[in-house]
Amino acid sequence: MNIVVFTKSTPDTAAKVEVDGGGKVTWGNAQLVLNPWDEYSVTESVLLKDAHKVNTTAFAIGDEIHNDALKQALAIGMDNAIRIWDAGMSGQDSLGFAKSAAAAVKKLGDVGLVIFGKEFVDVGTDAQVYQLARLLGCTAIGAVSKIVAVDFNAKTIKVERMVEEGKQTLTAPLPAVISVLKDINEPKSPSFIGIRKASKAVIPVWSSADLGLGEAASGAAAKVSTVAYRNLPVRAGQVEIIEGGSERERAEKLVNKLLEEKVI
Amino acid sequence: MSAVFVWIDQFKGKALNASWEALAVGRTVANAWGVPLTAVVFGQGIENVVTLSFHYGADKVVKCEDATLADYRLEPYAALLGKVVGDAKAVIGGGSTRGRELIAAVSADLNGALLSDVTELSADGGKLNATRPVFAGKVLSTVAPSGDGSVFITTRSRAFAPLTPDASRAGEVESVAPVLSEGQISTKIEGFEETKGTVNLSDAAIIISGGRGVGSPEGFAPVRELADVLGGAVGASRAAVDAGWIPYPHQVGQTGKVVSPNLYVAAGLSGSIQHQAGMRTSKVIVAINKDPDAPIFKLAQYGIVGDLFKELPAIAAVFREKLGK
Amino acid sequence: MDFLLTEEHLMAQKMVRDFAQKEVYPTIKEWDRKQQMNPDVLPRMGELGILGISIPTRYGGQGYDYVTLGLACEELERVDTTLRVVMSVHMGLNSLALLQWGTEAQKQKFLAPQARGEKYAGFGLTEPEVGSDVVNMRSTAKRHGDTYVLNGEKMWISLATKAHHFLVVAKTDPAAGHKGMTAFIVTNDMKGVTTGDLHGKLGVRAGSTGWIAMQDVEVPLENRLGEEGEGFYVAMSCLDNGRYTVAAGATGLIRACLEDSLKYSMSRKTFGKEIARHQLIQQKIGFMQQWYDAARLLYLKAGFMKNRGMRNTRETGMAKWYATDHSVQAALEAIQIHGAYGFSDEYDVERYLRNGKGAVIYEGTSEIHQLMQAEYALGFRQDRPLRCEMPAYDPSWQEG
Repeated sequence: MNIVVFTKSTPDTAAKVEVDGGGKVTWGNAQLVLNPWDEYSVTESVLLKDAHKVNTTAFAIGDEIHNDALKQALAIGMDNAIRIWDAGMSGQDSLGFAKSAAAAVKKLGDVGLVIFGKEFVDVGTDAQVYQLARLLGCTAIGAVSKIVAVDFNAKTIKVERMVEEGKQTLTAPLPAVISVLKDINEPKSPSFIGIRKASKAVIPVWSSADLGLGEAASGAAAKVSTVAYRNLPVRAGQVEIIEGGSERERAEKLVNKLLEEKVI
Repeated sequence: MSAVFVWIDQFKGKALNASWEALAVGRTVANAWGVPLTAVVFGQGIENVVTLSFHYGADKVVKCEDATLADYRLEPYAALLGKVVGDAKAVIGGGSTRGRELIAAVSADLNGALLSDVTELSADGGKLNATRPVFAGKVLSTVAPSGDGSVFITTRSRAFAPLTPDASRAGEVESVAPVLSEGQISTKIEGFEETKGTVNLSDAAIIISGGRGVGSPEGFAPVRELADVLGGAVGASRAAVDAGWIPYPHQVGQTGKVVSPNLYVAAGLSGSIQHQAGMRTSKVIVAINKDPDAPIFKLAQYGIVGDLFKELPAIAAVFREKLGK
Repeated sequence: MDFLLTEEHLMAQKMVRDFAQKEVYPTIKEWDRKQQMNPDVLPRMGELGILGISIPTRYGGQGYDYVTLGLACEELERVDTTLRVVMSVHMGLNSLALLQWGTEAQKQKFLAPQARGEKYAGFGLTEPEVGSDVVNMRSTAKRHGDTYVLNGEKMWISLATKAHHFLVVAKTDPAAGHKGMTAFIVTNDMKGVTTGDLHGKLGVRAGSTGWIAMQDVEVPLENRLGEEGEGFYVAMSCLDNGRYTVAAGATGLIRACLEDSLKYSMSRKTFGKEIARHQLIQQKIGFMQQWYDAARLLYLKAGFMKNRGMRNTRETGMAKWYATDHSVQAALEAIQIHGAYGFSDEYDVERYLRNGKGAVIYEGTSEIHQLMQAEYALGFRQDRPLRCEMPAYDPSWQEG
């Protein structure tokens, strides 16, 4: 039985990300890290592997920069890492991602659970989680805060998930695709033994031909195209520091301004 | 010509505000294309939601009242929504947990174009162009559907204003039957625990947040006090959550919630780039910090250089007087 | 020549950095103010394997090379000197000495649990009235059959109240000068061993520094490290490793000063522009970058020599002298750049100064190092081969 995680490398969370003069997104010399939410999905897969003797595979769809994330997943304790890419996939939309992912899951075979982090911060979406589940014809459960029980033999899973109004407990059959929140675990650090293994690992690359995808998941076939990137609008004006001899005086000035502007 | 559909997310007979925001977006698109706007409501005890859907801009409502749909589950909802919308030109959902997953799922079922977490949308000349925040909200992207197929859209919570409800509006209500029977639905809901208090950050118009400066779980008391006076929600920085002073559902930022309230008060919170990613689209930001060089002052409209334990209670007291509470 | 670090080096460095930044940094000011060591630090460093980083896996360690040890020390002291001090005593002064001088039985009994992080290790050389002039130490060890009886007091001992094992040097023949000294493994559960903490230090306040008193402590022969009379050589080779960790750590401290200054000078404005645009600020930053680059090259060269099994006493001493002296300089400049805020503990730079000052005193004062370098240059000092040389790094460290 396999557990699969889809991950990617994203700029360090403290990086200043900007659009340069040529319209390209840049993050200076900030380092690439495991997509921050994937610390939880990778950790959860390793915890499940230790508890259930299953095999864990990390996939990334993208160019070489995503080897960093895959190596980090190996260093944290996942068993295998495979990158999916060919030049034709550039410009893929979330549905293209999901089609590639579905083909990879099928090629790997015997997958009981696919775990995503809450979202990929670079593309800013979790749509691929649900799109993948539908393409695989299996259950999707987003925003999981706890795996209450999982039985890979009976093929069942019981989870808690967070929705706006509170916490839901669900049961569903496996295979399933889930996304996990920060509450689910305490992220594991890489181990020195894991780092040794990861640094020596040669990560295989599966192309769309290897996956039998044809043009379906190519950038050319994408149903959504990115027209342009732009920087955030600069917030108008400078901060107005509220001065005053006492906190009461400052509070009155602030409250009057907020009421005048009908913020409240 | 087929309609623009908007799925109305409701919980126990009460629609989420995000749904009315989505309906306003649907209205814009339907007007640009000259097609009717249809709201889709599933569940039980949804009469009021159906009525309000007209008030908030729908021309028509398709509803399904059935026990299998009483609580949202992706399987039966996706199967039915896919059937209802068929080859619709546009299907829109609000920025809720359920909306984001349902619309994405149906977009895959129907092989459509998905514009997710949209913060701006234009339908000028009938052509859709959307803005989406990417790279944790540090950069914006403009995206557009490439072909003529169905377009699926989810909106970012509070990015769009709902239409002013018009109680005189009404229209045709079409009832449909569910696609899946209970026996065909493999997901079962075993329990539900409602969150109490003022946690719902993504929908809040006012948020008072505390950071490292609050110093302890008890340090959140003045933060809560001001939130209570203003009917707002309590937020927190990652530092405060990681220190165990307040639970994770309160976290605002790159690994927490992304919020966009009318008023965001950041107290004892330096405003790391990760935190900013979660709150920089707030309309008015007020910073209270002892350190005048804290990055939060660069983002704020108003700032007070001072001790949050003195400033917040004073602000709460003044509001209490002025608002007669 | 190859200046490139391997992927393994870089990933290990990042792992240690993440630990220090994410787990230690958020609360470091509180512990520094309290003058207490965060009780989670040592267990967590053990759990992560940092306490056994450059010990062969067959002795419970992680089997990484000496360069990785240096990189780890740089990352640790980037966040707080107290973290690096742990590595200096546990790894540099104690565990590596056991690897160099210990019998197979001593390695299995003492080194392996230290490398696994189950036991913490310290080093007892300095005494209340004896620092650089170790030959005049007062602690004594008298042999009675297969037992030595130790008496004396050791002071300024890092991890004194936390460590389980100490490497202690005492006089077995007070008349024989430096040839009358012998090294012993003393454990904190031996009868007659008492320890205590010292407070009121200028720096390393989030660490543990104390004293060890030995009164008629009976130490079995099997705990003697090296031969009788070899204690001075054992101690000096300990310093070759301790000083290496100090050098790499102080390099991290220079980097801390530099990085904090870069950040502050780009955000703080005076006279309508960022202070980074003022040339006298740029001068300070230019110097800090120079010091960092030079200090890093010096310690990496020493690490390279250690990996090859080359004697590196001079090179390690130079790295330690240069890096520690310049870390104090860098901290002073960083405080100046931060202005009044640098003078307050709202910012980290004042802590860098307080922490950096210790390292120009311990493990050879800057003055001693200056004289040593002059003596090497003049040919007054030469290093002679030791009975037990520090083992070169070997890929077999990763096996078993």
